[in-house]
Amino acid sequence: MHRCWGGRLHGSRHQLDHNGAAASGAAAPRLIPRYSERVAQVITESPSPAEPLLRLRGIEKHFGPVQALYNVDLDLPSGQVTALCGDNGAGKSVLTKCIAGIYQVDHGQFFWEGQPVTIHSPRDSAKLGIETVYQDLALADNLDIVQNMFLGRERLRNGLLNEDDMERAASQTLANLRVTTVRSIRQPVASLSGGQRQSVAVAKAVMWNSKLVMLDEPTAALGVVQTQMVLDLVRRLRDRGLAVMVISHNLNDVFEVADRIAILHLGRKVAEDRASTFDRQSVVEYMTTGAHGPAVQAGNDKGQHGTS
Amino acid sequence: MAQAEAPESRIDPTASAEAAIVVPPEIVAQSLGEWFRAWLVRLRAGQSGVLPVVLGLVLISIVFTAISPNNLFLSAGNLVNLFQQSAVFMVLAMAEIFVLLLGEIDLATGFTAGVGGVVAVQLVQPVTTKWPWWGAIAVALLVCALIGLLQGTLITRLRLSSLIVTLAGSLILSGVLLILLGLGPFSGYPSLLGRNPNILTLYKLMWGTIDPVLSWIGMALVVIAVGSFLWLGDSRRRRSGLVAPPASLTILKIALIAVVSVVVVAICNVNRANLGTLEGVPWVIPIVLAVLAVWMVLIQRTTFGRYVYAIGGNPEAARRAGVNLAAIRTWCFVLCAFTAGIGGLLYASYLGGMSNNFNGGQIVLYAIAAAVIGGTSLFGGRGKMLHGVLGGLVIGGIYNGMYLLAIDVKWQFIVTGLVLLVAVTIDALSRRSATSGSAARV
Ligand SMILES: Nc1ncnc2c1ncn2[C@@H]1O[C@H](COP(=O)(O)OP(=O)(O)OP(=O)(O)O)[C@@H](O)[C@H]1O
Ligand SMILES: [Mg+2]
Repeated sequence: MHRCWGGRLHGSRHQLDHNGAAASGAAAPRLIPRYSERVAQVITESPSPAEPLLRLRGIEKHFGPVQALYNVDLDLPSGQVTALCGDNGAGKSVLTKCIAGIYQVDHGQFFWEGQPVTIHSPRDSAKLGIETVYQDLALADNLDIVQNMFLGRERLRNGLLNEDDMERAASQTLANLRVTTVRSIRQPVASLSGGQRQSVAVAKAVMWNSKLVMLDEPTAALGVVQTQMVLDLVRRLRDRGLAVMVISHNLNDVFEVADRIAILHLGRKVAEDRASTFDRQSVVEYMTTGAHGPAVQAGNDKGQHGTS
Repeated sequence: MAQAEAPESRIDPTASAEAAIVVPPEIVAQSLGEWFRAWLVRLRAGQSGVLPVVLGLVLISIVFTAISPNNLFLSAGNLVNLFQQSAVFMVLAMAEIFVLLLGEIDLATGFTAGVGGVVAVQLVQPVTTKWPWWGAIAVALLVCALIGLLQGTLITRLRLSSLIVTLAGSLILSGVLLILLGLGPFSGYPSLLGRNPNILTLYKLMWGTIDPVLSWIGMALVVIAVGSFLWLGDSRRRRSGLVAPPASLTILKIALIAVVSVVVVAICNVNRANLGTLEGVPWVIPIVLAVLAVWMVLIQRTTFGRYVYAIGGNPEAARRAGVNLAAIRTWCFVLCAFTAGIGGLLYASYLGGMSNNFNGGQIVLYAIAAAVIGGTSLFGGRGKMLHGVLGGLVIGGIYNGMYLLAIDVKWQFIVTGLVLLVAVTIDALSRRSATSGSAARV
């Protein structure tokens, strides 16, 4: 838990003012105009499509008395990696699971390619083209690697499982990910090491023709080589035009791959912007206090980075 | 939550050594010798597979042959009888495996079977309903399936415990059984004795025999079909570089199937009557094999079966994969009760009718014992249909051997209970050794 966020402050010029105009006095009903205004400014640096692949507006989620998410807005544009940061218990995994259809949101809307959609079940999100690597991996220990990777969308021949086909596709995917340490693709997942399990979970999420891939701490258990593989993979997915959301506590990884960074603090989104506008110091401050020193003084940052 | 700290979760050099322990030998071995060595490693790690049950069968045969009068235990007549007695346990154990794989239990299987049996017996009675045998069987199995549907719906939709629901179901069905037995103008209970063709057909489920020559031909066809299926499948996988057992292992497997089949048919074709002739394979053998084959395909080769295993292994993973847990669970209870109905038909046929002696509460314990002895886990996610057949043979063997020795029923209970304890212990131990390697993970 006591993680060293790295005292190294590279690039201390935190660009607070790049869209201050758009931020001034913005309120919920004016979301869309505000958004396009922002795009107009951003477009000079990193061209992004006018409409993000997935737009979340006002997401709220509570478990009994525990409010896990308060009025969260988030954009996940195609062709960009969005890193979701936050301290333990900030609500990152809950937000991921809401998007994946595991939890139903209490309030809020999803816009998929601009269209309002509802996500009530994992099948709904899969149908939209959303794939998820869960923090707890969600693999069935008694099934082998192939069976886990195809769980829920088995290939059939004459109504029976087409094991040969699935095995070929699975080993192809694993080979692409350079997952070479497993003895056999047919061994039960129970017999894999933690890192191997994580590799399988990542492979499981990227072998489909999806449009949005969410990875909840995909490198937490990985060695140096495998971590680089996953980060490379994230970049490759982005270059293929997918929207990618990565959750990581490792700021090195975040700054290495992220195009955009969003930060949650106690269930509220306190910042969301291009990665270049953050440095380690500001990310850490947002994560731990929910605000950034100069921003609080400037007074106008809340409208842009905060949600209420 | 903060799993990143876990130091053991880095990929470490010992990972593959650890993996070697629990990886089934047939997926890593390139040759028979390698397979055998991997199998030994696995055995030492406490992952014994079907070995205990096979050893148990050998032990039972040796002990009972040595001490039974005139070494009667291994005589052809007794072996066929043994199989007939075991058949009910085998089928009921296969029924139970559907729910055991989910990590659930069905305590009503015994009385569900009883109700199925009595429905069929009542319907074919020539003095009352006069139904044809096939209609009676169909309705009996349908009734059982509905019982399963009802229990399964209560368990999955209302989230009640399967233990309690099926315990209640067992009590209710035992009452229903008595009501059904009392219907009709019979002195005593309806039986399957008589010359009416419909009655006779039900009676023959257990006692009918196939002509010796036909038995040989049928066996040869089955062995050729199964053998070529295995061989073609394995060699196709070997050719395309997929995970497959070495050719010698496939051949060994086919040879084993062939030898067992020949021995079984040879034993059945011995004249086992004291007077006159009684020979040939009893109908019940192909019936049990057909149930086994169909359920094996369903459980191993279809998405339904895959989801059953997934739910038993990690229900949350199954849910996130979009599996409809409630539907699959309900279906398992339906299939369990349906299969129990087949067991009930065999039971009625074995006894030539049904009576209030039917002890469904004990039979279901034997069925669960058979499944667990065969190697199916009570914790869900691990098990095969074949386990029901092997475990049923063990239970039947103990039952039969003790009967031959005229050992009092109280000792039968005690021995069967002890065997169940041993099986459950093996189950728990092998589960512990399987998870100890990964328990530290999130
Ligand atoms: N199923 C649940 N029932 C009740 N409370 C929950 C549930 N899931 C999450 N929470 C609560 O919601 C809050 C956010 O949890 P979440 O798992 O999203 O944190 P996180 O940001 O992913 O943290 P970490 O970095 O530790 O993974 C926590 O206070 C947690 O206790
Ligand atoms: Mg989390």
